[in-house]
Amino acid sequence: MPDPMSIEVRDLRHVYAENSAFQSVALNGVSFTVNDGDFLALVGHTGCGKSTLVQHLNGLLKPTSGQVLVDGEDLNGEQVDRRQLRMKIGLVFQYPEYQLFEETVAKDIAFGPKNMGLDQKEIDERVRTAMEQVHINYDKYAQRSPFELSGGQMRRVAIAGVLAMHPSVLILDEPAAGLDPHGRDRILGIIRDLHRSGTTIVMVSHSMDDVARLATRVAVMAHGTLQALGTPREVFAQTELMAGAGLTVPDAARLCTALREKGLDLPPDLYTQDELREHLLRLWKEAAPC
Amino acid sequence: MLKNLTLGQYYPVDSWVHRLDPRVKILLTIALIVAVFLVHSLVGYALILAFMYLVSRLAHVPFKLLLKGLKPLRFILILTFILNVFFTASAEETPLLKLGFIEIRESGLRQAVHFSLRLIFLVISTSLMTLTTSPIQLSDGMELLLSPLKVLHFPAHELAMMMSIALRFIPSLLEETDKIMMAQMARGADFESGNLIARAKAMVPLLVPLFVSSFRRAGDLAMAMEARCYHGGEGRTRLRVLKLTIDDLQAALWVLVLILLICAEPSLLPKAWLL
Repeated sequence: MPDPMSIEVRDLRHVYAENSAFQSVALNGVSFTVNDGDFLALVGHTGCGKSTLVQHLNGLLKPTSGQVLVDGEDLNGEQVDRRQLRMKIGLVFQYPEYQLFEETVAKDIAFGPKNMGLDQKEIDERVRTAMEQVHINYDKYAQRSPFELSGGQMRRVAIAGVLAMHPSVLILDEPAAGLDPHGRDRILGIIRDLHRSGTTIVMVSHSMDDVARLATRVAVMAHGTLQALGTPREVFAQTELMAGAGLTVPDAARLCTALREKGLDLPPDLYTQDELREHLLRLWKEAAPC
Repeated sequence: MLKNLTLGQYYPVDSWVHRLDPRVKILLTIALIVAVFLVHSLVGYALILAFMYLVSRLAHVPFKLLLKGLKPLRFILILTFILNVFFTASAEETPLLKLGFIEIRESGLRQAVHFSLRLIFLVISTSLMTLTTSPIQLSDGMELLLSPLKVLHFPAHELAMMMSIALRFIPSLLEETDKIMMAQMARGADFESGNLIARAKAMVPLLVPLFVSSFRRAGDLAMAMEARCYHGGEGRTRLRVLKLTIDDLQAALWVLVLILLICAEPSLLPKAWLL
């Protein structure tokens, strides 16, 4: 069971290449808290600062101003060992399969635990569990080269490489990007299982349907600022705000709005397919009593 | 992390200098380099410095940026200076300064000043060109300048294409390096401490993915080019046809004036001022 951990972001600002022709403001005054046990989804249009934001959460980028507090302590303080912290706050980058480098799958997954200075027995143990967690058969694949695997498998191996460090918080930047529906479901299933077993999750995503299915909280970003933060129900009910941020709402919410416009008696804040089906069935039964 | 690279990096603003024909800019840069080698006095160097400062103002490129480009060369500059001071003077000359076995002679000092200043202006003038000319324009200009050599079966188009592809991928590779470095740091990699061997070893998790992705990119690019029927330079037309304008002529005239002034130096200045 991972240790509880919270991350608080206070008025975070990040400017790339300050005072030059290339200057661009990526984040402009972002504040929010990730509580222990959260599944926070970060959504926003391309270039809104999501990726920059997640790279601040484990100290890979330094804020231009503002703070990131981990359990109340400033991440960029002088006494903080950021390398140690990065092992507790795991970050899976976009297209993580491009970071694989070792000769075998097992060795690659062991890279993180090895950097933590664990002994060989513990490392082997962790590699085995991490592979199980991402549904890659240990006996079959551990000694294979990671470059022989399929794209989806490589992605899962890369995620296992971060899981093997047993992070309390797992941050994923578009973990399902570029995968086929099957690979996508697999990855999202893995992330859901991790959340259920107590890992705090922060996930950047483009798919509102995935967010609707998994997240407990949603943060909407646009132009480097936070536009909305709340439960999926609260956020997805604000269709206009979502459109302003260049986003759509989940398919079920859109269908619900369209049906309401046609005069159907549905609550305005439905956003998952299951809820919508239930309400429609109820209406159906009421309309045809026989 | 790797973003402080000035040499060969385009500075994307709009200015009179940016709009000049790349062919003209390449030729004028070569002319400027020749001019630097013709200088005979500190007055001449001051003239060149003033000229380059003016061009940088005209191009809206901070002069500081040009000087920053010299920073990676500082050791070479110092070495050039020292070697020239001590090893180029003839032994017969009476030393200006004597400190034990160290002897500094006037001609050595002159040589040292000459060579280091030449090196500095060489870098500044080429950076001025690359900062104000986008890589695409640069290789277009190169190709057109070299195309007369096609008669001799010189592969001008292929060279220009290779150059523009290489230039195009420098920022991508830097970005990729940055990203992989961060990804490995997120897995606890340490690139900053340890001795030389430990550091070299720490590069493996960076270099392997970088190689893999470079090969992948190369393959993808070749495929994409072929899918769009690329078959070399023959019969290829251009989107932007380069045309010489009155501005180009004006720029050439200014450089000509500078070169003439520098050539006239020995006859204009008192003999004692010449280096």
